[in-house]
Amino acid sequence: MSHLLSQLQLAPLPPQAEALRSQVKAFLAEALPSAAARQRARSWMGFDAAFSRKLAQRGWVGLTLPAQYGGAELDAFARYVLVEELLAVGAPVAAHWIADRQSGPLIAKFGTEAQKAFYLPRICRAETFFCIGMSEPNSGSDLASVSTRAQANAGGWLLNGQKIWTTHAHHCQYMIALVRTSGQKEDRQAGLSQLIVDLSLPGVSVRPIRDLSGDAHFSEVFFDQVQLGADALIGQEGSGWAQVNAELAFERSGPERIYSSIVLFDLWLQVLRQGGERSQAATVGRLSAHLATLRHLSMAVTARLVQGESPVIEAALVKDLGTEFEQTIPQLIAACTGPGGTSALELELAATLAYVTQMAPSFSLRGGTREILRSMIARGLDLR
Amino acid sequence: MFAQALEKILSDHASGAVVRRIEAGQADQGLWDSIAEAGFADLLRSEEQGGAGLSLPELFPLLVCLGRYGVPLPIGQSFMARSLLPDWPDLPPAAMVTLAPVAVRAIDGSLCCPSVPGGQVASHVLTSLDGKLLLLDGAQARRETVGDARSLLAHLHWDSVRPVCERDDATPALLACAAALTAALISGSLHRALEMSLAHCNTRSQFGKAIGKFQAIQQQISVMAQQVLAGSLAAQSAFQGTGSTPSLLAAAVAKSRASEAAAAVAASAHAVHGAIGMTDEFDLSLCTRRLHEWRAQYGAELYWNTLIGNEVLATDRPVLDIVRAL
Repeated sequence: MSHLLSQLQLAPLPPQAEALRSQVKAFLAEALPSAAARQRARSWMGFDAAFSRKLAQRGWVGLTLPAQYGGAELDAFARYVLVEELLAVGAPVAAHWIADRQSGPLIAKFGTEAQKAFYLPRICRAETFFCIGMSEPNSGSDLASVSTRAQANAGGWLLNGQKIWTTHAHHCQYMIALVRTSGQKEDRQAGLSQLIVDLSLPGVSVRPIRDLSGDAHFSEVFFDQVQLGADALIGQEGSGWAQVNAELAFERSGPERIYSSIVLFDLWLQVLRQGGERSQAATVGRLSAHLATLRHLSMAVTARLVQGESPVIEAALVKDLGTEFEQTIPQLIAACTGPGGTSALELELAATLAYVTQMAPSFSLRGGTREILRSMIARGLDLR
Repeated sequence: MFAQALEKILSDHASGAVVRRIEAGQADQGLWDSIAEAGFADLLRSEEQGGAGLSLPELFPLLVCLGRYGVPLPIGQSFMARSLLPDWPDLPPAAMVTLAPVAVRAIDGSLCCPSVPGGQVASHVLTSLDGKLLLLDGAQARRETVGDARSLLAHLHWDSVRPVCERDDATPALLACAAALTAALISGSLHRALEMSLAHCNTRSQFGKAIGKFQAIQQQISVMAQQVLAGSLAAQSAFQGTGSTPSLLAAAVAKSRASEAAAAVAASAHAVHGAIGMTDEFDLSLCTRRLHEWRAQYGAELYWNTLIGNEVLATDRPVLDIVRAL
């Protein structure tokens, strides 16, 4: 058996993680703002700072962060349960999402004591939101070609350049940006570093970009002679590439790569049940079987993360399969559309389907495109 | 431990040449006897009943191993049958039992089990009829070859029903066992197909380089690996817990997902192998023939998906809560 594939074994969630589930369900029953399915379908793109703070008050933002900085100090299994319950009902989690998933753990792992003491409690209280500055106008899949540059100077770092497609940058206080701090573009991965950029500083301008559904979920961010302190550097100078890659396993394997269309799917089930419609049972069954299997895959990767490993290739594999499932749901539901339903539920289904259909292409773009992931997976399988 | 022992027997006795002989309806050259003599037939029986007391999670790798070698005999069925008849004392170790979840009784009292895997060679057939689980004598049956090339599939007919043994109904258990074991066999075969494909892509050279260096191939292999993993984990998920048989819904998910993967992986494996994969001599077809055969065995995707879908639609719970409980 290929080494890569043998690494992924069935790993059910441990009981202590499952114990969190009923608490999360009870909390959501009470605290989730009532919203139409078409709104809840925004999933982890739905931004609601007040909801994030309610979650934080419950102790559920920064779930895996150390208790001394305000975190719950639970493992990735517990976070898995929390996240899948949030996504399953379409809770608006975007405000704290990136900080909780990536920026917080990154700071906890690579940050100085001062950085941890400053940022982590603010993240855990859902006061401070983070975005990730990766893509640039000329650096998409070829991320190592980033040209935004931070020059070391007496004050710390002088930042110039531009990021684009940054999710919710216009709502966030901080960006963790991958920038060039030494060497030239030809040096590729060498000379890249991660900097924490305070987006309120002079010289930073953030412009939301309207997306094809009419929302503005991403932005472009310009840096014009932005003076950052020396303490903006997170981790080692020149280690940005390695640090970014360490995050990728967390970014790519979670339930958010399975559940982006789940609100739509559950709504469709409601419509079918309401109408006593059984002719689509096979499609329902197929999607349910896929969901059950994807959960097993995703939990298997989570188990590796809990063991302190960095299963980047395995995470890429799960993301590719998971996002394909997310994209299949609107396709199959659309294919089942009749000449017109009139119930309130059916009208809501049509609106939700329209939204998810438009956004579905992004599922396999964000976090690394399908084509790039597949090349990575092939290398991981020792295809030489 | 058991898996290693089985692997050893299979590597000694289940070469491509032996599998081809079995497919052609010839003797298995001692393969089944070696397995029976090693005591594998009673794996699922409790230790008090002379078995090994193997749990479902422990059984899974054995079935995967059988799948890897593409053995067309109903060996997995023989293992499973013992768990369905735990207190049946007189079933000899050498009894090759296949599972036939579907039985139809005609008006004249005769009985037919359609499309029975290994039906051409099984000594016994475990089936379900009128609320009873019946063990039938294969030697008494008229065996009608179904016509599938190079399989041991047969329609079995008995003029009258005289079971060797009977129990109260366990139809869902019989069907669930049959589906789950086939999913496990598929899992082994999926891995084998991927391994053969990887080896071929790394050695076959065109345009001056290994074909595995081409992105078109890499993309195809990557998708194949995803299907292999999905099919395998789905199969494994039916072999969880402390029960002696898988639940029907877990088996349904396993069989549906593994069957879907089987079709996709067989197609990709042939695509990357090119013409050599189409030859009788090359072993790929042993693997892909099993994938297609096992995809259909005990119901393919549509059958199981419909069953799952009706279960999902019969409740008013969110889909996550349903699949979590599988």
